Amino acid sequence: MTVLDTRHTTVSPSRRGLTPRRGGGGGAAGYLFVAGYTILLLAFGVFPTGYSFYLALTNDQGQFTGLNQFVKVIQDYRFVPAFTNILVYLVMWLVLLVVLTVLVAVVLRSRMRPGLSALFRFLYYIPGALAGVASVLVWLFMLDPDVSPASWLLNSLGFHSFAAVLAPGNLPVIFVLIAFWTGAGGWMVVMYGALNNIPDEVLEAAKMDGAGPWKTAWHIQIPMIRQWIAYMTILAFAAGTQLFVEPQLLQTASLGRVSPTWSPNQLAYVFAFQQGDFNGAAAISVFLLALGLICAGLLVTRSNLFTLDEK
Amino acid sequence: MRSPGFLKSGTGRRTARNAAAVLSLCAVTALAGCASATSSPSSTSSGGGTAFKPVKQDNASQITVWTDSTRLPQVQAYQKANPGAKLNVVTYDGSADGSTYLQTKVQLFDRTGKGWPDVVFGSPTDVTWASQPTKPNAIPFAAPLDQNLVPQATLDNFAKGSLAPCQFNGHTYCVRNDIAQVVLWYNKSLMEKWHYQVPTTWEQYQALGLKVAKEHPGYLVGSVGDTNSQESYFWSSQCPAFQLTNPTTLRTNLQDPNCTRMSKLLDSLISAKAVSTQGFFSQGFAKNSGSKVLMANGPSWYGQYLFNTAFKTPAKQITAAAPLTWSGESTAATGNVGGGVWMVSSHSANLKAATDLTTWLTTSTANQSKAPTYPAYVPAAKAWLANPTNSSYFATDVSGVFQQAANEVWTGWSNTKFSDATAWSSVVLPALTSGKSLTATLPAWQSAIADEAKANGYAVTTK
Repeated sequence: MTVLDTRHTTVSPSRRGLTPRRGGGGGAAGYLFVAGYTILLLAFGVFPTGYSFYLALTNDQGQFTGLNQFVKVIQDYRFVPAFTNILVYLVMWLVLLVVLTVLVAVVLRSRMRPGLSALFRFLYYIPGALAGVASVLVWLFMLDPDVSPASWLLNSLGFHSFAAVLAPGNLPVIFVLIAFWTGAGGWMVVMYGALNNIPDEVLEAAKMDGAGPWKTAWHIQIPMIRQWIAYMTILAFAAGTQLFVEPQLLQTASLGRVSPTWSPNQLAYVFAFQQGDFNGAAAISVFLLALGLICAGLLVTRSNLFTLDEK
Repeated sequence: MRSPGFLKSGTGRRTARNAAAVLSLCAVTALAGCASATSSPSSTSSGGGTAFKPVKQDNASQITVWTDSTRLPQVQAYQKANPGAKLNVVTYDGSADGSTYLQTKVQLFDRTGKGWPDVVFGSPTDVTWASQPTKPNAIPFAAPLDQNLVPQATLDNFAKGSLAPCQFNGHTYCVRNDIAQVVLWYNKSLMEKWHYQVPTTWEQYQALGLKVAKEHPGYLVGSVGDTNSQESYFWSSQCPAFQLTNPTTLRTNLQDPNCTRMSKLLDSLISAKAVSTQGFFSQGFAKNSGSKVLMANGPSWYGQYLFNTAFKTPAKQITAAAPLTWSGESTAATGNVGGGVWMVSSHSANLKAATDLTTWLTTSTANQSKAPTYPAYVPAAKAWLANPTNSSYFATDVSGVFQQAANEVWTGWSNTKFSDATAWSSVVLPALTSGKSLTATLPAWQSAIADEAKANGYAVTTK
């Protein structure tokens, strides 16, 4: 059966030219291909989400509590600070990410020799290859004036001890630095790829019409990779709301100078594992899910992310 | 370059409005008569009245031991002395610096119904949750050791008050490994060189600190920057910061004169730069200022762990003086910084082996005389003091000071279900680093303690 299906799919590319849309001809092979992902998605995505909804709507004895868990966590004294922290962080991180990655991608694509551009893309990407925890450790060293190779910079900014660097007001900046350092390189490569997809004729036409490089970027290139930018924003937003490892490690490394409930995810962790309140923790995670879905929904509808190109 | 997306947003908005309507409808129905979201009180389900029922025992089974790295050699010594004992030894952070690793794991084991270690080393804070069920129908993690496990005669031999953190509802849920009574550490060589008198009261300590700041700038008489500095200073000052008036009510009143006298004293020394806001144990302190610590009000383990190991101060320079008193106050009181406990799991299938190990670790003079920290078990403490390796580092004999301080630990600073380090470290220390005074930070500290206490189910009084 598999053999037959394979044959079927190998034929289809030749037919693509004839039919503008592929019909329902995927057959069992298609299902087979998505099965692995679907099973994992159900087991580790959909089921835990459903379970957390169940937990969020019940108490520790399994009684239905309606929205009381949500009311309870909102009234918790750590809820507002944690969500404020994460929102400040998200705004800074997303603005920086969108502006800088797009800018760098445009420069790499149109203002640089291909060889040099490839080298820079590789360099930007390297930090992304480090696992999250390792990159936090790198920054622990970078930010401690006693051991940092950039201690002169920290000292000139008025930071003479690790404790001073970790002042509560600096934390969002620190987390943005870490996130940008680890995450932005990958996105620059993606954006570069997206810019590559723009047909040369379009750019040439723009040039003929008298558009300079910046005008071309602003009026042609960036609008044409809008969907990619939206896609990046959705994923970065989702990852950003789940900030956990960075503040948690910083909390330990700073011997408790960073609040153990800095981010909502940490708050959920404290609810579950220190107060034994898994239901309250689930309610917080549902809040995070709602936040992510609302943001993704807005971006998807505004940017036509899922609209198929009419070709 | 407007995309058609904007034309479609109207539909999106309508969908959102519908969704909101549905949600709010749910909310109304849900709010009408639902069960309470607060966790059910746990202390009622398993009070002290019910007898402890062990699980099915198997005296040949292996036991799992969780220890911190400091006490690992002692567990290994037990294994050596008892080759027949089947131990699976696991090293973890031992709940140091307010870590909640053990609690996190036990919460999960209680949910999965398996995996508990048989014997654990932990902090006195751990006993507050381990002596109670983590959820309805769960058995408290710690086994009541006074119920046919450890003889009462043995329990009676622990230092006065040292088992208080272990006791809950009339039962003893842990045995204390060591106590960490606060004493006044000082560098005898420097004090003699500069002709300074060792202070006996806090007032003298303050005066000397200000003098040191003037005559020998850069030298320090203390630090408030560690996660446990509040225990060295505010506990010693008998400040009612964490006082359980009954098992469910916490009194925290930082405007009490016993608190403000200490904050004002420290503020004067901090602004004179005689007391550091950087922790003794913070990154870089040992390298930058380790040799400039003239005095340190701190626990009995400072001698070996701070001066000897971290600061590498040469031997025969450091010694300890009795806890400082306040002039006009007759009763001396001191603080306590840590001091671990050993607990046996109530889920253990080999309570005999688990109890045997626990008893040996805490009471064997052969073991405890070589222990890294001051033993809570009185006969073992005598042997510990008699062991030259514990005293040869010091400039004078510290046994009298240690024994006196061990009996002066103030009992008004309670162990609560939450660590007393969190609020201090995450609220007070950043404020001090930014230049605020300690006295001005007391209200913020108090409200942080009160908030944390309420979140952990305590009623809070600030009177």
